[in-house]
Amino acid sequence: MALYSEKVMDHFRNPRNVGVIEDANGIGEVGNAKCGDIMKMYLKIEDDVIQDVKFETFGCGSAIASSSMATEMIKGKPVSEAMNLTNKAVAEALDGLPDYKMHCSVLAEEAIKSALEDYEKRKSE
Amino acid sequence: MIYADNAATTKMSEVAINTMVSLMNETYGNPSSLYTFGQKAKEALEKARADVAAVIGADKKEILFTSGGSEADNQAIISAAELGKKNGKKHIISTAFEHHAVLHTLNKLAKEGFEITLLPVHENGIVLPEEVEAAIREDTCLVTVMFANNEIGTIQPIREIGAVCRAKGVLFHTDAVQAIGHLPINVVDDNIDMLSASGHKFHGPKGVGFLYFKKGIRLTNLIEGGAQEKGKRAGTENVPGIVAMAEALKESVAKMESTTNYLINKRDRLIAGLKEIPHSAVNGDLTHRLPSNVNFCFEGIEGESLLLLLDDKGIAASSGSACTSGSLDPSHVLLAIGRVHDVAHGSLRLSIGEDITDEDVDYIIKSVKEVVEYLRGFSPVWRDLVSGKTQFILP
Repeated sequence: MALYSEKVMDHFRNPRNVGVIEDANGIGEVGNAKCGDIMKMYLKIEDDVIQDVKFETFGCGSAIASSSMATEMIKGKPVSEAMNLTNKAVAEALDGLPDYKMHCSVLAEEAIKSALEDYEKRKSE
Repeated sequence: MIYADNAATTKMSEVAINTMVSLMNETYGNPSSLYTFGQKAKEALEKARADVAAVIGADKKEILFTSGGSEADNQAIISAAELGKKNGKKHIISTAFEHHAVLHTLNKLAKEGFEITLLPVHENGIVLPEEVEAAIREDTCLVTVMFANNEIGTIQPIREIGAVCRAKGVLFHTDAVQAIGHLPINVVDDNIDMLSASGHKFHGPKGVGFLYFKKGIRLTNLIEGGAQEKGKRAGTENVPGIVAMAEALKESVAKMESTTNYLINKRDRLIAGLKEIPHSAVNGDLTHRLPSNVNFCFEGIEGESLLLLLDDKGIAASSGSACTSGSLDPSHVLLAIGRVHDVAHGSLRLSIGEDITDEDVDYIIKSVKEVVEYLRGFSPVWRDLVSGKTQFILP
């Protein structure tokens, strides 16, 4: 039995939207190196729609796959819709994660939300 | 596939497999049965006991067969604790980087009122005999120190620690699971009172091991039942496994010198090659080290992703990252030698076997370099280090 689903391995081996957006207008970073996972999300939002998203992740296979999947799920979506992204939806889209890896999908949700909050904050300034 | 996880388990040798099959086919009697067919199995069992004893300089009466290293560790420690308790001695000395079979048994004893001292293993992963000496008290009933560490491969000054224990009249146990069959061991010269071993770490079968216990030490049973193993371990003996283990051990010891030289050459080439990766560090002493062990930390990456990508490249290895252990903390061994969490997560253990070639070594070095560079390429930790936002820990 493989450790991860085919979907997880696909997103781990070929992560989508990897990198940095230099002129991002929403950036979020969650996790810490002490517990072994850090995710950083960059958003480029125009007219409240996510035009582009990129991520950088330090972490295990499921952390990288969760980041990749989460970026796919919000790309091109309105901010209001992206705000409703849940870790459960990320895990389901990956055909499930092992129980002790569910926190990776939580981090992905939190990273997206943190970037969206940063965007809202910048907008109101 | 390049199998570089021999510290986890080894491939069974041909002689071990053949021995096992032949016993299963032809000598399947119960050694406790009195008829000739059963006694044939008994003969094979007792010959294996004598063989194993001879390898480590013990008497065959001092060998107890078990289900493996963990059981042997448990029984050795529990037995010493029982003996200690009878004499009002409830203090045990061990080290911070023992195998969990030892540490968890000690935790259990701590709950029963024993006091446990875990000695430091220092940056090089080696226990100092003088620190063992200084830690011994009037009420110390056992010192247990592993022969060689399973993660970083460091070899402990067992003979010297044993001498300290002898002088103080304290029992000395060593978990030699990673060492036996790979390093010369003589329980008399090395001042060892009890020693644990596991068959599958030296090309024998899984599910079988043994405990050496010096004459005069009264063992406490972990398993009650029949009178097998002189009443100290109930249950029909795993005769095919035990005999195959003895054959594998004899073979490993006979080949030890040539294997050691071969492996040291490959190990040191691997270490030299991987050292070229910037901001990396070897874990554990370079000299007092198992010939098979290579262990590195790479800053800015996480171990599980490294392992998965190496697996894709056909390399089977291991890591001490939290993600591979199923907990939030990285390896207790790496923390014990002073690696901080951030760095300990990015560890890689290669434990090579005698089938490794020079081409394999080159391929491993190339692959690890590629994967580390790739993972650093989208690691926010690495970005912060490179941009100077945070400070590098490894030079």
